[in-house]
Amino acid sequence: MTVRTEWDHKWSMVVDIDRCTGCQACVVACQAENNVPINTEDIFKQSRAIEWIRIERYWEGEFPDVKARYLPAMCQHCGNAPCEPVCPVYATYHNDEGLNVQVYNRCIGTRFCANNCPFEMRFFNWWQPVWPESLRNQLNPDVTVRNRGIMEKCTFCVQRIRRAERTAIQEERDVKDGEFAPACVQACPTGTLVFGNSNDPNSRVAQLMKSDHPRRYRLLEHLGTEPNVVYLKKVDPYLKEEAHNGSH
Amino acid sequence: MQDRRTLTDIQVNETLTNTVLKTPLLWYVILAFMGGIVMLGVVAVGLLVNMGQGLNGYNRPVMWAFFLTNMVFWIGISHAGVMLSAILRLAQAEFRRPATRAAEVLTVFALATAGLMPIVHLGRLWRAYWIFPYDFSRGIWPDVRSQAVWDPHAISTYLIGSSLFIFVALIPDLAVLRDRTTGIVHSIYTMLAMGWRGTVRQWRLQAIAGIILSALLLPVFVSVHSIVSWDFSMLVGVPSWHTTIFAPYFVIGAVHSGVAGVITVLVLMRWLFGWHDYIRREHIDSLARLLFVVALAWFFFFMLEFMFGLYHQEGTEMVVRELWLFHAPWNAIFVIFILTAFVIPVPLWLFRSVRRSFPLMFFTTILVNVGMWLERFLLIIPGLERKHPFTFSWGEYAPSIFEITIITATFALVATMILLFARAFPLIPLGDAKEARVLRDEIRIGRRTVQAVLREE
Repeated sequence: MTVRTEWDHKWSMVVDIDRCTGCQACVVACQAENNVPINTEDIFKQSRAIEWIRIERYWEGEFPDVKARYLPAMCQHCGNAPCEPVCPVYATYHNDEGLNVQVYNRCIGTRFCANNCPFEMRFFNWWQPVWPESLRNQLNPDVTVRNRGIMEKCTFCVQRIRRAERTAIQEERDVKDGEFAPACVQACPTGTLVFGNSNDPNSRVAQLMKSDHPRRYRLLEHLGTEPNVVYLKKVDPYLKEEAHNGSH
Repeated sequence: MQDRRTLTDIQVNETLTNTVLKTPLLWYVILAFMGGIVMLGVVAVGLLVNMGQGLNGYNRPVMWAFFLTNMVFWIGISHAGVMLSAILRLAQAEFRRPATRAAEVLTVFALATAGLMPIVHLGRLWRAYWIFPYDFSRGIWPDVRSQAVWDPHAISTYLIGSSLFIFVALIPDLAVLRDRTTGIVHSIYTMLAMGWRGTVRQWRLQAIAGIILSALLLPVFVSVHSIVSWDFSMLVGVPSWHTTIFAPYFVIGAVHSGVAGVITVLVLMRWLFGWHDYIRREHIDSLARLLFVVALAWFFFFMLEFMFGLYHQEGTEMVVRELWLFHAPWNAIFVIFILTAFVIPVPLWLFRSVRRSFPLMFFTTILVNVGMWLERFLLIIPGLERKHPFTFSWGEYAPSIFEITIITATFALVATMILLFARAFPLIPLGDAKEARVLRDEIRIGRRTVQAVLREE
C-alpha cells in the first residue's frame, strides 16, 4: 500500500443564511469537540470569550417591526489570508488543502494576526485554561489543549479531516463527499452549514459555491482576502413585497 | 547682547566632569526614587510572566494597547538624538554644542526602552528571541514578510548605530577622565579612551568619523519610524490604520516629541548639575525655533490624516472620527491632546521671552510630550475598538493597574539610565564646549560689539 501525502483537496464551507435559526448548536458542538475553555458570564463581559464559531445577531428595523438576523461566523480560511504574512515565527501558514493552519507550539503571542484579521476570528489565551473537575474526562484526546499566551482559531476540525484521510488511505480510496463533517456542520439541525472538498466539482459544497449562484457572497470581499467560506444570502419575502409595492 | 563668563580650559574640565568626579547629593536621591519605580515595574512584568496577559486590559478587538502606544512614543523620543546631533552637526549649527550628547544619550536609552515594550506585550515573552534568525534547533527561520521581524532589526540597527555615535564623540572626554582618575576606574577609562592623546591627526579622524556616522544614521533615522508605522499602516484588517500617510506622519511626530524631549532633558540637566554657563538662553531659544517649525509641519500632517478619513466618507474611518469627537472618554482625550500638543505651546513659542525662559520651555515641552503620548493612544486604540464593519464585535478598552505601572516604570527607567550614564561619562562634550570658545570672537556691528562664531570654510 502506498502512503498518500498529496491530495486534491480544498476544504470549503457554505453557510446558507436563509436556513439559520440562530439556535447556537454549532457553538456548543465546537466547544465540546475542540477543547475550547468554558466561557463564563464575566469572560463575556470582558469580551475575552473564545468561540471558534459564533452566531452574530443583528437587529433590523425599528420596534415593533424588528427582525433578528443571524450570521454564523468562523475562521474564513482565506486563500489570501492577512493573518499569515504578519506572523514573525510562521505560527500560522497555509497548507496545501486550503486550510489556514495555526501551529500552537510556534506561537509567541504577538497578536499581530488577530489585529490583521478583518473578521476577528482569532482568539488569544489570556489565562491558562482550566476546566471544572467534572469535565476532565470530556476533553477530546484528538485535540491539543492550548497553553496561555498563544492564539487559536477554527481549524475546520482538522482532526476529523486527518482521520477521514487516514481511513481513506487504509482502504485505498479517496475521501468521499459527506463521509465526515466538522462538529458544527454535524450539529446543525437545519443544514445551514455545508462542508466538503470544493476541488471536487460533484461535491455538494462545490455545487452550492458556484460563482453564478444568485445568493452567493463572501464576507468583506472587497478586501481581497479570498475567503474559503461562501455565504448564501437570506431570502426575505417581506422585503420583496415592499420592493414590489414601492411602499417606501 | 550676551553676557557670559569666559571660562578657562581647566574650569570647563572641572564643571563638566563634576557629575563623574564629585556627584551632587541630589543625584543619589533622584536615582533612588527612579530606581524604586523601575523595581515596581519589574515586579509587574514578573507577574505578567507568571500569570499571563490576562492581567492587562486587553480583550478581543483591542489586542494591542498601552504597551505598543508606549513603544511608538519612546521611538518618537529617540528620534531627537539623530535629528539634533546629526543634522545640526552636518549643518555646523553652533547651538547644537551643549545638546548633542544629551540628545544622543536620550536616543539610546529611549530606544532601548521602546525595544522592551513589544517584548513585555508578548503572550509568551520568554520566547521573544524566536523573531531573530538564531534558534537553529527549530529549523525555522523567521518570516521576513512580517513587520514584527522588520521592527526588531530596524530598532537594533538604530541602537547599534547611535551607540557607536555616542562612543566616537565620547573618546576625547574619556581621555580627560582617564587623566583624572586612579585605580581600577583609571584602567577602565584607559581602555575606553583607546589611546587618545589629543593630537591633530586624532582630532581630525574623530571629526571625520562623527560626520560619516551622522550621514549614515540619517537614513536609518527616517526608516526606523517608517518601519514602526508600517506595523500599523500595512494591516488591511484595521481600516483606520491602513493609510499611506502613516510613515511620514509618524516620523514628523517623532521629531516633534523628540526635540521637545531634548529641551526637557537640557533644562533638567542645567538645574541638577548647575551647568548655567553651558546651557544658555540662546541655546534653548534656537532649539525652540526649530521646534516651532517642526510642530507646524507635524500639525499639517495631523490635519491631513484627520481630513483623509472624513473626505472619502468610509464607514470604518468615519466611526473612528466619531469616537474621537463625540464619545467619552475619547473626546476628552482628543481635546487634551490638541491643547497640549499644539494649541497651548506653539503660540507661546512665538514670544522671545518664552523661548528664553527655562521654566516656561520646560513646561511647554512637557505639555508637547503629554500630547504626543495621547496622540499615539488615539491613533492606535479607537481604530481597534471599531475595526470591524460588523458591529457585533466592537469593543472597549481600559488599562489595568499593571499596564499603568509598567508605563510609569519606563519613564523612570529612561531617567535612571541617563542618571547612571551621567555618573560615568560627562553629559556635555568637553571638547565641543572648548571648541565653541575658541571659535567665538567679538565683532563690531555699528556701535555694538557682538559675539559671533567665525570658522574657516
